[in-house]
Amino acid sequence: MSRMLMGTSQVAEPFWKGTEEKVLRLQFCKDCGKAHHYPRNFCPYCHGDNLEWKDVSGEGTIYAVTVCHKPGLPTMAASVPYVVALVDLAEGPRMMTNIVGLDDVNSAKVGDKVKVAWEDAGSGKNLAVIEVA
Amino acid sequence: MVYKPSDFRGKVAIVGAIDAASPTGVLGVSERDLEVQMVKGALDNAGLKVSDVDGLFGTGMMMPTMELAEHMGITPRYTDSTMTGGSSFEGHVQHAALAIAAGMCEVAVVFFASTPRARGKGLGDMSAMMGMMDPKNPMPMVEWEIPYGNVMPAGAYALAASRHMALYGTTSEQLAQIAVSTREWASRNPNARYQDPITIDDVLNSPKVATPLHRLDCCLVTDGAGAVVLTTAERAKDLKQKPVYVLGAGTAHDHAMMISEMPDLCTTPGVISGREAFSMAGVSPSDVDVVETYDSFTITVALALEDLGFCEKGEAGAFVADGRLGPGGALPTNTNGGGLSYTHPGMYGMFLLVEAARQVSGQASDRQVENVNIAVAHGCGGVLSCTSTLILGSEDAL
Repeated sequence: MSRMLMGTSQVAEPFWKGTEEKVLRLQFCKDCGKAHHYPRNFCPYCHGDNLEWKDVSGEGTIYAVTVCHKPGLPTMAASVPYVVALVDLAEGPRMMTNIVGLDDVNSAKVGDKVKVAWEDAGSGKNLAVIEVA
Repeated sequence: MVYKPSDFRGKVAIVGAIDAASPTGVLGVSERDLEVQMVKGALDNAGLKVSDVDGLFGTGMMMPTMELAEHMGITPRYTDSTMTGGSSFEGHVQHAALAIAAGMCEVAVVFFASTPRARGKGLGDMSAMMGMMDPKNPMPMVEWEIPYGNVMPAGAYALAASRHMALYGTTSEQLAQIAVSTREWASRNPNARYQDPITIDDVLNSPKVATPLHRLDCCLVTDGAGAVVLTTAERAKDLKQKPVYVLGAGTAHDHAMMISEMPDLCTTPGVISGREAFSMAGVSPSDVDVVETYDSFTITVALALEDLGFCEKGEAGAFVADGRLGPGGALPTNTNGGGLSYTHPGMYGMFLLVEAARQVSGQASDRQVENVNIAVAHGCGGVLSCTSTLILGSEDAL
């Protein structure tokens, strides 16, 4: 799939740095212990700002899944049908992603165990996608 | 002293309502001229004049109430451009009812016009968003959702539908029945974009957009416009139409445009806005005669029926399967043909209001439901993000 990032934020620099080495990283709150995604300058649960970045397992479970028969981006028009999912990571946070590497795009189901994979997104960065584990 | 919501029950009424849509989907009139037509038309329906208006409520890109007020020579003493997507208009009624009850204005107009068919389809809105973007601080959606190419907005609702099906066994046939029942109502609305009956198979055989949603699970893209007028219960008694009293109102949101931020894809903030509205009105779902609920997609209706308490969580599929939402059914719903078959100009909330007001005041012509005393208008904006629930009633419901 042709990948394009339309901007990466200053707060997420450690995340994108991790993708250069194909490592998934999340922010954890040192006060309440919870991990969150997308990155913020404070914890969205306890609203403290005592945060740290940690590498995480990249394992998760499909929370919801759809097969897009129409492209959401012009650059992905040649790739339909493709799979968009929300995945609950083992550490807690939910992220939107694509499920790749399926023989049958309709085979990914809610509850399936998945693992992070990577696709080149340009400028040395990678986009976190998902393969069924 | 602090008031309770129920102190405002029935203090304010919708006294005029009008909308515009065409079977072609195209109105061929500019948005500004449509707004003027709707404001004048709603006031005429009420028996009021532009010079009576002292409260203005609307939504749009830039200072919408100021722009229309300037254009029409209105100087409101209360103005509100709250933007919560398709639920904005139910929110405007909530705010107008409070403002009128507090004496901050006396005759309020809520207006809307949108001509997406004139603008043309495509990624215009997204390009505009990109253009306003600070590349070092992009909107979170640009960084964390858009790169995955979810087709918007259908893909967001499709994710919710996939979850509902996995958890509760809801089927595509059951969701399709919502589109079928809604089309039955549209066949009674001469302004509806689509009026020919459809079957469940028609829905299932229509092209897939984002599984499990098909094209006929999705709302239209049409031009459309509308307006409603509100005033005090006292003044309402002397006007042209039967007053449609605002009995209850509630608004809530739990995320914005990122579906990945929605806490539970099977539960909308309608649980909160519905609870607040029914509590203020002192009625329950079993008292409701007509439901006008946002139908951006069939799943939007299913979730709303559950969250408002018309059925239990997870049971909407079975609840709608007997056709109870259609003409002659136990729960007449989206009686103008809805966003699925009547009109959907990007934001649909105005048409819920207009149809609910018509049903309560007996102005719904061929699709009038008998003995309507209580109607619900339930808007939903964003991607299942903000809901605004109104309980509207006749004099008998006071």
